[in-house]
Amino acid sequence: MKALDVQALSKDFGGLRAIRDISLEIEAGERRAIIGPNGAGKTTFFHLISGFLFPSSGRIHLFGRDVTHLQAHQRAALGMSRTFQVTNLFPKLTLFENILLGVQAINGARFCFYRRVNSFREIIYETERLLKEWSLWGKKDALLKNLSYGEQRQIEVIMALATKPRLLLLDEPTAGLSPAETALVTSIIKSLPREITTILIEHDMDVAFEIAERVTVLHFGSVLADGPLEQIKGNSKVAEVYLG
Amino acid sequence: MRTITSLKGTSFSILLLAALIIVFLPFLVSSYYVGLAIQVFIFTIFAMSLDILVGHTGLPSMGHAAYFGVAAYATGFLCLAGIKNFWVGVILGMGSGGLTAALFGLLAIRAHGPYFMLITLALSQVLWGIAFKWRSLTKGDDGLPGIGRPEIGMGIDLKPDLYFYYFTFAIFLIVLVALFVLLNSPFGYTLRGIRESESRMKALGYNVGLYKYLAFVFAGVFAGTSGVLWVYYCGFVNPSNLGVDQSVKGLLMLILGGSGSFFGPGIGAGIIVLLENIVSGLTERWSLILGIIYVIVIMFFSEGLSSIVKRGH
Repeated sequence: MKALDVQALSKDFGGLRAIRDISLEIEAGERRAIIGPNGAGKTTFFHLISGFLFPSSGRIHLFGRDVTHLQAHQRAALGMSRTFQVTNLFPKLTLFENILLGVQAINGARFCFYRRVNSFREIIYETERLLKEWSLWGKKDALLKNLSYGEQRQIEVIMALATKPRLLLLDEPTAGLSPAETALVTSIIKSLPREITTILIEHDMDVAFEIAERVTVLHFGSVLADGPLEQIKGNSKVAEVYLG
Repeated sequence: MRTITSLKGTSFSILLLAALIIVFLPFLVSSYYVGLAIQVFIFTIFAMSLDILVGHTGLPSMGHAAYFGVAAYATGFLCLAGIKNFWVGVILGMGSGGLTAALFGLLAIRAHGPYFMLITLALSQVLWGIAFKWRSLTKGDDGLPGIGRPEIGMGIDLKPDLYFYYFTFAIFLIVLVALFVLLNSPFGYTLRGIRESESRMKALGYNVGLYKYLAFVFAGVFAGTSGVLWVYYCGFVNPSNLGVDQSVKGLLMLILGGSGSFFGPGIGAGIIVLLENIVSGLTERWSLILGIIYVIVIMFFSEGLSSIVKRGH
């Protein structure tokens, strides 16, 4: 089964064609890296897949279902979860509340206004479990904005996992991290269950090559190369535009 | 886990003290101050309803008086038609406030930031214009006089301010509990998530537009409740109850007391109602004094006076 099937996707911003006729298939359980120089259209491509932008033409299927015209929150409800290149969390809420909002998103109680959230044991327990699993329990009451940048990047990933996604989109999860922090976030991603299909945008080649089995290279909005890791490493065109 | 206000230890004793003062207040001060206390209850409900939008969802509404005023007019018409039953009045008031918000919300929710402010202001001014110009129905700026106190049966007469005071306090407590539960519910947390980051909430799968719309309607229902109490208290409603002055007064209460906190709106409402009435009895230049106080508060307590308590912790 295909987790994601993109057919002839294009996106124009006025006269600028940011994405040109991209077709891409990603099998369920696959770990795919999308690499490419600055301005190649990687993040625009993510916005199109996740419903933050709508394509000018082409179709997107998520687990066999046509989602081309669905809103971002509807696609999320079908099992897609994403992180952001620029950290996008809830700065003035506590760490606990941040993760709680992720957990609550897939709970039927999310519209409930007549009971306190504390009374929903399953939401509270799951939030607690996630924070303990990722060794962040000790900081649960800290306001998110007071946590370090490295911790916030880590929480980006954990929050995306809180909605129990089948397809996870990671937009430069290690951007701006120190080598030690990069190693930590990389190990978190590598330790994810295999049934979570993962698509990763990455600037750091070591990270991309460590996590992914297949790599898609974007250049000027179109696919330059697509294949298994070793094939991409040996591709002379890729080396020319990107690896230098 | 932390709730937006935890009711433990010192805050519990402060609440208990406040409740005792409120219960015995009519025996301690003159009836003039009892009247002011009634206004504080009513405006606390109004300010808290506005804070659902401003402080919790991050929607800066400039037209919140619309729901207060529509409810006040609706209840006023009902009374003048001879129906004085409180429960009919309050259901009509809350319903009309909520319905107006449900209509306005359809338009306003699509706008963001300053555009949201302008569209809510414009919509409320439309209602103000109707109340001002449609003299055959609303008597224009003369307003609707002689509305009078409601009847609640059970042999209780609400005409004396003393009884109306306890009655308003009871309604106030019910609203307070309802808002406490709402703001600490999954729905309330979702609103604060939207305030912090709409795009992240969308990515998590929340239907952000629907939540904002529902917050708008809830805010209208609670503002309607305060409008009903106001018209029963004054026995009078005129277009200024729908006007921009009233909307801005609500925002000032939030700025002064602190928006997004549970007790902030009440602190702001209390200070503004008391200052307006007391300072205006002392000097003609009372608005100047209020202005100076606003500036001082904003300079030194930019998150409102309720932040003093938080800093203390």
